[in-house]
Amino acid sequence: MIALSDLMTVAVMWTPVFVDIAGVVGGWVGLAEFSPQQAASVNPFWSDLVRVVTMRDYNTRVVIFGVATLGGAAGLVGSFTLLRKRALMGDALAHASTPGIALAFMIATVMGGDGKSIPVLLAGATVTGLVGVAGILLIRNQTRLKEDAALGIVLSVFFGLGMALFGVIQQMQTGHAAGLEGFIFGMTASMQAADARLIAIVSVVVISGCLLLFKELQLLCFDEGFAGAQGYPVVFLDILLMAMIVLVTIVGLQAVGLILIIALLVIPAAAARFWTEAMSRMMICSAVLGVTGSVIGGLASAVFPGLPSGAMIVLVCSAFFFVSMMLGTRRGVLIRLLRRQQLNRRIDRQHLLRAMFEQIEQGQPKAPAGQTPPKAIAHRKITVSVAKLMSMRSWSLRRLERAIDRAVDDDLIRRSNGSCKLTGAGLTEAARLTRQHRLWEMYLITFAEVATANVDRDADAIEHVLAPEVIDQLEDLLDDQGTTISVPVSPHELEQRSTAETPADEHTAEEWSVNVSGDRGAESPTREQS
Amino acid sequence: MINGNALSLLAIQWSWSLDGWIVLVGALAAVSSALLGNFLVLRRMSMLGDAITHAVLPGIAAAFFITQSRDSLTMFLGAVVVGILTAFFTEWIRTTGNVDEGASMGVVFTSLFALGLVLLVQTADNVDLDPYCVLYGAIELTPLDTVNVFGHLVPRAAMILGAVTIINIVFVIAFFKELRLTSFDPALATTMGYSAKWMHYVLMVLVSVTAVASFESVGSILVVAMFVVPPAAAYMLTDRMGIMILISAIVAACSSMLGHVMAISVPTWFGFGSTTTAGMIAVATGIFFVFAATFSPTHGVLVKAVRRQVLSLTILCDDIVAYLFRAEEIDHRTPTPGEVQENLLTTGTALRLAIRMLRRSGELQSGTTSLELTKTGRRRGQRLVRSHRLWEQYLVDRAGRGTDRIHDQAERFEHFTDRELRERLSKQTDAPKEDPHGRPIPDEHE
Repeated sequence: MIALSDLMTVAVMWTPVFVDIAGVVGGWVGLAEFSPQQAASVNPFWSDLVRVVTMRDYNTRVVIFGVATLGGAAGLVGSFTLLRKRALMGDALAHASTPGIALAFMIATVMGGDGKSIPVLLAGATVTGLVGVAGILLIRNQTRLKEDAALGIVLSVFFGLGMALFGVIQQMQTGHAAGLEGFIFGMTASMQAADARLIAIVSVVVISGCLLLFKELQLLCFDEGFAGAQGYPVVFLDILLMAMIVLVTIVGLQAVGLILIIALLVIPAAAARFWTEAMSRMMICSAVLGVTGSVIGGLASAVFPGLPSGAMIVLVCSAFFFVSMMLGTRRGVLIRLLRRQQLNRRIDRQHLLRAMFEQIEQGQPKAPAGQTPPKAIAHRKITVSVAKLMSMRSWSLRRLERAIDRAVDDDLIRRSNGSCKLTGAGLTEAARLTRQHRLWEMYLITFAEVATANVDRDADAIEHVLAPEVIDQLEDLLDDQGTTISVPVSPHELEQRSTAETPADEHTAEEWSVNVSGDRGAESPTREQS
Repeated sequence: MINGNALSLLAIQWSWSLDGWIVLVGALAAVSSALLGNFLVLRRMSMLGDAITHAVLPGIAAAFFITQSRDSLTMFLGAVVVGILTAFFTEWIRTTGNVDEGASMGVVFTSLFALGLVLLVQTADNVDLDPYCVLYGAIELTPLDTVNVFGHLVPRAAMILGAVTIINIVFVIAFFKELRLTSFDPALATTMGYSAKWMHYVLMVLVSVTAVASFESVGSILVVAMFVVPPAAAYMLTDRMGIMILISAIVAACSSMLGHVMAISVPTWFGFGSTTTAGMIAVATGIFFVFAATFSPTHGVLVKAVRRQVLSLTILCDDIVAYLFRAEEIDHRTPTPGEVQENLLTTGTALRLAIRMLRRSGELQSGTTSLELTKTGRRRGQRLVRSHRLWEQYLVDRAGRGTDRIHDQAERFEHFTDRELRERLSKQTDAPKEDPHGRPIPDEHE
């Protein structure tokens, strides 16, 4: 339902864009008839595209340069704010700056100055932006309200004040507020060289601030308490970071508009997070995404005059975000699905091999106490029926068959009508796995005082992720079991699992993989006992 | 009842047929938003209202493209669908992509807003959809757009918002228990058989409907203010959820009144005409919030500051009395205020205040320049020193601390130790006569 309406919405939304593109192209084709030298060369659309992309126009150069540096700076600062879980700070700040813009305009006009001079407006915006930050911090630290409420309160009340002031400005005789509203929706296309220069200056300040204080800010983002304990001036660093956000936000207001500067602060950083775990690489990635998104968006709007550049930049950035979310090599959706599937397969194989081993073992007479079990090589001849294996665990037949097929492909198992037997390699692997499982079981019984009846399940949960070092340690701890590397005898009776066993009792691989396929869960499996 | 005379003090023109409706429309929008806002604030999703109101732009535009009409019902539906999608996408990115809530919200609503802007620019010639209008609203014009209800002309906005308010009131009352449980403890609610997830989505649908219905007349920012600020103010005043919802509704309704009065009066003081009512209503909620946050008797900043001051003054009094007691005990002398100030690391003002308090309660002898304990004062000092030394003994005996590291701990505990606890300490440490530093532990009373 949602998918359908969404698809329709998207399809319908883009229709006019395509119509417009077609119109533009058509227009150029029409133009070409009147300019023979162009018509003689290439398709005029492409020549125009080339002209924009190579930035032969002074205006395009200014705009692209401005948005690119802004995108880079916002991407850098954004990655700090994202990790500090303050992604929407820019949103609140941008809104909080509107009364400042209005007040600056009013005061400047009343005093006989130029109300629309950019430095005056930016100064006003900065003042109320900083007041807004102070308000957020006060509400968060002095009351029982949380960050989100603090942001919401400051954002809406300040913006309300801004609106009220704009309402008054509209009645002023000296100035009309028309240009001021550009701050809300952006006026990228009409960016002047002076604006671009201002953006460049701020970007240089912000970028060098980020690079100089990289270590300190990194610590602030990851472990504020530790940074404080190390003697870093945490509050000062926090204020410095916020001041940088204020700078980027205020300068960005006129480049891409009030609402869309937030996008530059949030989206590239959030996208970069999918590609890397290292902070430095994330920052570079985020800055690169910010610059690329701004350039492509800016160029797109230069090629198609019907598309507002601020919005195009955001849309290009969000396209980057969705690609990153899906394909990101670190935390992307696809890579995590693959990892989970791999883990599930590994667990299925380990379960299969151990089930085979235990079945074979059951068929053998028990070795008398104190003697080594019979030679492993004899086990190889014994076949185990698939039906038997089915009864070992509560897995579906399909899943078991697939696990067997994969094991056959890897020469661990051979199958012959309805039953299968282990190969040499399979036997070694099965013995190793069973040994690992039982070592862990014994450890749980000896040291964790888990009841014998429960130990199989707990061991099941953990055996797949035992690192070799842990096994070494287990062996050291349990050396009273003898120094043989053979499989220790199962500490509990091996019994047929009845199918009536409640499914809740038996964790499935999916369930388990949910637990371990988290970010760092795989290294430290601490599964709660159900 | 307020009439023209009362308001003439504010030098404004007030007409019930116009301003009355404006206030009513504002109040309905405010109350319906504030009702749901309580749950958003408690669930720490305050910014969702902001995200939804920004994101509905493409919904309105898309609805226009699909139907090619400016029928308000279609646009309403389009906006609501996209509003719900915003909540849905945010949740999807947060869970599937492992992205922090704020960031996923930021990604979703900025993208949708940008999409909406592109669409609007594309159709600017065909439809007078004005993005400014979406942000600011046009509450002043609502009384002009009326429908006929049983022979009376009622503004359309009042009808729509009235219906939404009633729906929200019914929803909050009917599902009060479930909402409370799912807001405070989703895990418990789920084990008790209430689906926290369903509650979440129903709430999201209602938030979208309310936001869209309100911002047509009052603008998106006012909606954000109403979702967050009145509930936040109410949260400063009470711990009970029912009362919180009630207070938030009252604050919301009052801000509508105050906001409109401010909108038509404040600019006139500076020689201008009236200004945007929606903006001023947001400012009015802000004023209410600042008052609640500052002066709340339970959670207010002021009360908490006063409590902290009183506590620190009491502790200072304790310290002075204990210091004087020790000085008397060791070399029978009476220290000067300067010496006390230096040793207790306090400011002169605080010390003077504490001394005045002690003199008034009869623990310091009055009329002298030196600091001399009275009998009551001596008894208080004795109790404190006894607590301190018993704690030191206890820390060495039972907690195994080194003798050099116990003083600060004992210093902290002594202020909060009553007679009963002293008896227990004494018993636990086998009623010692001397503390670990070899000083005598005074008896409870001589």
